[in-house]
Amino acid sequence: MSWEAAGVKEIKKRAYILAMAMFFFSLFLFFRMFFLQVIDAEKYQTLAERNRIGLRQIAPARGLIFDRNGLPLAQNRKTFRAILTAENTEGSVSAVLEKFKKLVPLEEEEVERILKDVKKRRSFVPVRVKEDLTFEQMASLQLNMPELPGISIEESLMRVYPEKETSAHVIGYVSFLTEDDLKKNESLQNLPDARIGRTGIESFFEQELAGVPGTRRMEINAVGREVRELERQEAIAGEDLYLSLDARLQKIGFDAMKDESGSAILMDVRTGEILMLVSTPSFDPNIFNYPIDSKTWKSLNGNDRRPMVNKSISEHYSPGSTFKIVVALAGLDAGTIKPSTKIDCEGRLFVGDHPFHCWRRKGHGALNLIEALQHSCDIYFYEVARKVGVDKIVETADRLGFGKKTGIESQNEKSGLLPSKAWKSAQFGDGWRLGDTMNLGIGQGFLNSTPMQMVQMMAWVANGGYAVKPTLLKQDPDKVNSESLGFSRHYLLEILEGLKAVVNKSGGTAYHTRFDVNGQYMGGKTASTQIRRISLAEREKGLKQQHELAWKDRDHAFFVGYAPVNKPRYAIAVAVEHGGGGGMVAAPIASSIMRQVLELEIADKEAERQRIQESVSKLSLKNKPKTLYPVFTDEEKEEN
Amino acid sequence: MSLFLEKNSYYKDFELSFKERLINMSWSFFALICLVIFIGLTLLYSITGGIDSWTQRQLIHFAVGCVVFFAIALSNLRFWMKYAYVIYALTLGMLVVVYVRGALHMGAQRWIDLKIVQIQPSELMKIALVLALARYFHSSSDEDVKRNTHLIIPLILMGLPVSLILLQPDLGTALMLVFVTVAIFWLIGVQWWKFGIGALIGIVSAFVGWQYFLHDYQKDRVLTFLNPERDPLGVGYHIMQSKITLGSGGVFGKGFMQGTQSHLNFIPEKHTDFIFTVLAEEFGLVGAGFLLLLYMIIIFYGIRMSLKSCNFFGKILGLGLTVNFALYVFINISMVMGVMPVVGIPLPLVSYGGTAMLVLMAGFGLIENVHINEEMVIGRLGVDEE
Repeated sequence: MSWEAAGVKEIKKRAYILAMAMFFFSLFLFFRMFFLQVIDAEKYQTLAERNRIGLRQIAPARGLIFDRNGLPLAQNRKTFRAILTAENTEGSVSAVLEKFKKLVPLEEEEVERILKDVKKRRSFVPVRVKEDLTFEQMASLQLNMPELPGISIEESLMRVYPEKETSAHVIGYVSFLTEDDLKKNESLQNLPDARIGRTGIESFFEQELAGVPGTRRMEINAVGREVRELERQEAIAGEDLYLSLDARLQKIGFDAMKDESGSAILMDVRTGEILMLVSTPSFDPNIFNYPIDSKTWKSLNGNDRRPMVNKSISEHYSPGSTFKIVVALAGLDAGTIKPSTKIDCEGRLFVGDHPFHCWRRKGHGALNLIEALQHSCDIYFYEVARKVGVDKIVETADRLGFGKKTGIESQNEKSGLLPSKAWKSAQFGDGWRLGDTMNLGIGQGFLNSTPMQMVQMMAWVANGGYAVKPTLLKQDPDKVNSESLGFSRHYLLEILEGLKAVVNKSGGTAYHTRFDVNGQYMGGKTASTQIRRISLAEREKGLKQQHELAWKDRDHAFFVGYAPVNKPRYAIAVAVEHGGGGGMVAAPIASSIMRQVLELEIADKEAERQRIQESVSKLSLKNKPKTLYPVFTDEEKEEN
Repeated sequence: MSLFLEKNSYYKDFELSFKERLINMSWSFFALICLVIFIGLTLLYSITGGIDSWTQRQLIHFAVGCVVFFAIALSNLRFWMKYAYVIYALTLGMLVVVYVRGALHMGAQRWIDLKIVQIQPSELMKIALVLALARYFHSSSDEDVKRNTHLIIPLILMGLPVSLILLQPDLGTALMLVFVTVAIFWLIGVQWWKFGIGALIGIVSAFVGWQYFLHDYQKDRVLTFLNPERDPLGVGYHIMQSKITLGSGGVFGKGFMQGTQSHLNFIPEKHTDFIFTVLAEEFGLVGAGFLLLLYMIIIFYGIRMSLKSCNFFGKILGLGLTVNFALYVFINISMVMGVMPVVGIPLPLVSYGGTAMLVLMAGFGLIENVHINEEMVIGRLGVDEE
C-alpha cells in the first residue's frame, strides 16, 4: 500500500496520553466523591436529616374549670371551622370564596385576609375561612361540597364560659397567641390554634391548665408537604381545676351588683375559700375566642367604669369606717380602752386649731365601744387613735393583712397601702403628724386597701382571730390549718357584738338592712369614703346630698359583714364605687346577698337530707332478704 | 443485514460473513454496557418505588437500543464510511429545521416528532460529527494534518452544528461537540502548540460569549457553580442539595430505596441529570465508585478496540465515540458533584431518556462494528476507490 494514513505512529501515543488524562480525571472524580461521602459525610448527613424531619406540635386540650359543686365555669367546646386549601380549588380561590359567601356570610375584610393568607402560604397549607360554624351553616356547606373545591371542615376546640359575665373577672379569659407571646415562648410557634390565659384563673394557672403539647415527628419533602409520621407523642391534657366559687352565688352576687360599679366578695371564714367574687360592670369572656374588633375593645377599655378590671383585687380604696374595726382592736389589744370605756362625742374635736368633725354634726353624746361601732362615731375613734398611737394601729393592721397582698390566686393583685412613720418619711421626707394618726383612725388619709383585704380582715375577726388564707381553690375543710393571730377572743367578741348592733340594733348605720333567716342574723360595718376634700365653705353651706353630685364625685360606699352572728361562717365585703353612702348603697346589697346565701344554704341542707333519706331507703330495699317462698307478715297472716 | 452486505458485489471478497461477524463480536463489551443499564433501571425502580411507567419506558428504550446496537454492529463498516457525509448533512438539516421552527414558534425547541419517536437532532449530531470527521481524516496524510488549511473543513463541520445548538440554546451539547472535535484533532496528530492557540481563542470567545451570547440563566449557572452559596435558595439550591444527597450517602449508602433526599424530592431532575446522586445516596461511595469503575473499563475497552483497527476511519470513529461517551460521564459526574456548572448532560446509559439511550447504543454499535472489522483494510479514497 503506497498510501499511509496520517499519524499512524503518532495516534497510539496520543491515544495513550488521552487515556492517561482520562484515568487521572476519573481518579480526581473518585477523590472528590471520597471527600464528599467519607470526610464530609457527617456534615451532609446532618443537612439531609434537617431537610427531612419536621416537628409538628399537637395542641393539648386545656384543663376545665369547675365550681365547688362541679358546675362548669370554663369548658372546651368542639366547634367546626371551614378551611381552604388553595391547591384543591381547581384554579380560582376567589371564585370558591364567592360561592362560599352565598352559603355562609363572610365579610369583605375577611375575604381580603383569606386571599392574603393564601398568597403567603404554600398552596397545600390550609387557611382558616370561617370559625365556629353553626349547625345550619355546616349542613349547607356539606350539601354543597362538590361546588366548593378546596373547602373542608375541620374540628377545633373553643373555650366556653357558661357563666358568661357573672364570673368573667375571676375566671379570666383566653385568646389567640400574639406576636409577643410567640417571641417570649418559641415552643408555641407550631400551635396555630393555641390560646393563652390572659387574666384571672386562666392566666394564673396557665401552666396547669395548658397541658403539654404532643409532638409529631414528620417526614417532609422538598416543598414542605408532610409525607408520613415517623413518631408521635400524644399531648397531655391540662389539669382540671375545682374552684372554691359557687356558680349560683356568682349569679346572686352579680345580680345584686349589676347596676353598680364595684365588687362583692363572699368568703368562708373557716376555710378561706372565696365562695363568690364578682366585679361590675363585667364583660362576656367568650368574645375573646376570636380576635375582637377595635370598637368592642374600645368600649371595654375606654369605659369610665372599667369593665375589664377586677375591682375586688386590682383596685384599692380608702377603707374608711370599716377600718374602725382595726382601730378598736388596736385599742383593746393595747389596753388603751376597755369595751366599757365611754367617750363623749360633741360633734367635733380640736387638734390644736384644726377641727375634726364627726359625720353627725350634733354629736353622739357619750358612747361605749359597741355603741361607737353601731353609730360609726368618728370622734370615738379619733380619740382611740390619738391614745393608742400610730405604731400600734399599724402593727394591728399589719397583723390583719393590710398593706400586703393576700396571696389570692391572681396575677394582678394590688397590695394596698398601710402608711407608717417610716413610710411617710421615706415617701415625703416629712414627719408623721398627729393629724395623720387621726385620719388613720377612721380609715382615711394615705391608707388604701383592696376589697379582698377588707373581706380577709372581716373573716379573721369573725373566725376568732385565725389567719386563714383567702383562696379560689376548693379546700378540704379538714386540712385547713391556720395560725392564730394572737388577738384575745374576748376582744374580738366585743367587736363582733358592735358589728351585730350596726345591723340589728335600732340606730345602727345598717339597721334598715337587717334580716332574719331562721334565726340567723348578719353583723357588719358600713363605710362611705369621700373621694373629694370637703372645704370649710361647703361645710358651712351645708353638705350636698350624694345624689346631687356628679357620679364621679360621689363617695365610695363599702360594707363588710359576717353571718350568722352566733356562729360566723361567712364574711362579705361589698364595694360600690361612687355609690354614695355605705349604709344606703353597699349594706343593702351585702344584706341581700347574705340573706340569699343563708337561704340557699338551708335549701341545700334540705336537699341533701332528702337525698340521704332516699338513698337510705333504697339501700334498705336492696338489702331486704330474699326468700324462696312467700313469707307473710304478721298482719297479712291475721288478714288471711 | 443483507441490505448492507450484498449491495456492492465488488468488495464482496473482503467482507466477513454474518457468522464471522458474530464470532468476532466482543460480547463482554456488550455485557458491560448491559450491566450499566441494569444499574440505571435499578435506580429508576427505586425512585419511582416499583416498576411504573418510567422504568417500563426505559426498558423499552433499552430493548430498542439493543436492536440498534446489533443492527449497527453487524452492518458493513464501509456503508458508514460511504454515507458519513450524508448522515452528517441530514442531521445538520434537522438541526436547521428545529432552529427555524423554534424561531417561528418563539421558544426553545429541540425535538423533531417522527410520530413513533421524538428525535433530538443535537443528540444525533454527536455521532454524525464523529462520522464526518473520521471520514475526512481517513484520507489525510501526515503532511495534510500539519497544514492549517487542512483543518478548515473540519472546523466548519464542527462550527455549523455547534452554532445551531448554541442558538437552541444547549450549552452542554455544544461543548461536547467542541471537545470531541478537539480530541480528534489531538489524536490525528495536530501539533501541540496549536492547542495552545486554540485554548487562547477559546478563552477570548468565552469572554465574548459571556458578554453577548449567554442567557441570564446560563450565566447564573456558571456564577453559582463558582460560588454555590451565592444563591442558596435559587440556582445554588440544586447544587447544594445535590452535594447533600451525595455526601449523606456515606461509604455504604442508606440502602436500596432508602434514600431520603431523592424520595422526598430534594433533588431536581432525579430521573435524569441528577440520577448519579441517587446512586451515591442509596449505595454510597461503594456503589458510586463501582459505576465509575465500570465506565472507565468501558472507556479503556473502547480505546483498545479502536486502536486495534487496521483502518484509520475505524480508529478515529471508535476513539471519537469513546471520547464522546467519556465526556458524558465526566461532565455529568462533575456537574452533580459541584466540580462543573450544571449544563444538562445526562449520565450515559443510566439517566432516563430515549434519544440519549438510542444515540449511545448506536455509538457503541459503531465501536463494536469497528472491533468486528478490525482487520478490514480501506483504501485512501474509501469506498469509492478504484
